[in-house]
Amino acid sequence: MRKELRFSATHEWVETDGGIAAVGVTDYAAEQMGDIVFVELPEKGAKIFAGKPFANIESVKAVSEIFSPVTGIVADINETLLDAPEAINADAQNVFIVKVKAESYADGLMSADEYEKLKK
Amino acid sequence: MRLIFDKSVKDRACVTLPASEIPVYSVKNAGFLRIAAAELPEVSELDLVRHYDALSARAYGVDSGFYPLGSCTMKYNPKLHESMAGLCGFTDIHPLQDETTVQGALEVVYLLTEYLKEITGMDDGSLQPAAGAHGEFTSLLMTDAYFRSKGERRKKILVPDSAHGTNPASAAMAGFSVVNIPSRRDGLVDLNALRAETDGGVAALMLTNPNTLGLYEKNIAEIAEIIHANDSLLYYDGANLNAVMGKIRPGDMGFDIMHINLHKTFSAPHGGGGPGSGPVLCKSFLRDFLPYPLVGASEGGYGFLKPPKKSVGKVRSFYGNFLVALKAFAYIIALGRGGIRDAAEKAVLNANYMCALVSEFLEAPFGGARMNKTEVSECGGEGGCAGSFECAAESEKSKKFGGACMHEFVVSAEKLKVDTGVSALDIAKALIDYGMHPPTVYFPLTVHEALMFEPTETESKETIDAAAAALREIVGEAAKNPEKIKNAPFTAHVGRPDEVKAARKPVLAR
Repeated sequence: MRKELRFSATHEWVETDGGIAAVGVTDYAAEQMGDIVFVELPEKGAKIFAGKPFANIESVKAVSEIFSPVTGIVADINETLLDAPEAINADAQNVFIVKVKAESYADGLMSADEYEKLKK
Repeated sequence: MRLIFDKSVKDRACVTLPASEIPVYSVKNAGFLRIAAAELPEVSELDLVRHYDALSARAYGVDSGFYPLGSCTMKYNPKLHESMAGLCGFTDIHPLQDETTVQGALEVVYLLTEYLKEITGMDDGSLQPAAGAHGEFTSLLMTDAYFRSKGERRKKILVPDSAHGTNPASAAMAGFSVVNIPSRRDGLVDLNALRAETDGGVAALMLTNPNTLGLYEKNIAEIAEIIHANDSLLYYDGANLNAVMGKIRPGDMGFDIMHINLHKTFSAPHGGGGPGSGPVLCKSFLRDFLPYPLVGASEGGYGFLKPPKKSVGKVRSFYGNFLVALKAFAYIIALGRGGIRDAAEKAVLNANYMCALVSEFLEAPFGGARMNKTEVSECGGEGGCAGSFECAAESEKSKKFGGACMHEFVVSAEKLKVDTGVSALDIAKALIDYGMHPPTVYFPLTVHEALMFEPTETESKETIDAAAAALREIVGEAAKNPEKIKNAPFTAHVGRPDEVKAARKPVLAR
């Protein structure tokens, strides 16, 4: 059972578990981007800010900025994505990009139901 | 097809070189000698000719057929320009020759710069940058130098989300950080978002007008006001100048600095990696920052000027891609003032006509979608929308017809994909079987399943009709037999290269 999952209007998800927040992109985002060929990650220990880009995902179509739903220090990065970025296409909703020691969250994060409505 | 290296047979050769008359000098101890012999293909002249002839038969260019690659302005390149660029007075000179012996070449550089100033409404310029993105980069170096000269450091460049990808890339290369400005639902720059992001740290806004959706940024006066009130610079990406040349001028719209793609708008050949030419033009207050050498005219003839005081320096060796500039020069004098204007008008008319045809079966989120082909021709015939920026700027005519696109248009296959599974990429691939080049796909990013067409002014009505008919057939087939379209093309030598594998596991050398 996953902890509380929240979604941004820019198609990122954040899973909060106490002080550590895992961040990824939604299945919808992965599908829109198409086959992902490269993921550029922030460094561990870097500070990232809610609503600001913190990573780049390059697909066969384009390079997309990934916006952070959370402000805080990067505690962990998913280094497996450097060699196997296609993992995001396979299961975006369950593949984290970074884990963040959260200080605060972006305004306007949505529940799964609200996010489903946004997509329509 | 086998590579030329695979056809190599040891000691086979095209020509046998005579023995060298120059004594051999040993550089054994210099440390520069290569250890292994260079791996060069060894083939006969006939093998060589057949190899490249076969390759050329597989290539596709504007000379082969319709090439509506949006945003690239793949217009026909008149052969006259090639013969001009082949004149020995231009090809057999050396860049270090004394200026008195190359007056003709200097005159071309001088006059072309003058013509481009006239066409763009700018005060000065340099032909040095070798391509469009190089022109962007050079302009941004000048922008940085300008603010430094005032004792300021401005680190931000604003870029609309519909911009060409080169804009943020050039800004990052020049050491700036990039701030994305979202578009409104109608595809134009969101002025409120622009105001919100415009602060003391902003060096420039990079704007393409008409933008990459083929829409004229009708709020350009207000945009210029917002940017200039902040003492920032307004940068014009000249990629879409073809739509407005001879009609309106970036200098008059309020732009301070810009680049031009001579290889697009001014009909020098491009594709396949170049060479291009991306002159930079600017208002007089930025003149001192231009790259050099610059050519001036005096009673005694043409000559190089002293480098501008605060110049960003040279951005390329010698004088840029001179022979590309020469072709653009030939284009401008062949067309003249009226012809330049006419080319822009026909480019806009062709795009609107094709948009009207295609939007009957593919959704056009912007512009011509709301017009049918009769209305477009009526509108154009009466001097309304076709070829006129006033149309997109809400003239009475355009209000009646609901706005037009400029020299290119974007349609979306999103609904088709939901209904049939056939994507924009599949449509593009299927077009190859009709002997046509695919349009640009998945750009701009603001439109899902985007297909972007730019027919250019050099295509006839018959060619555009045939392309629209082919697209109609493909979309019809997608509904009946989607698998067929998903597997297209069937006639191409290379149908669907594995883009994913190419990006993930590139093989860059043998």
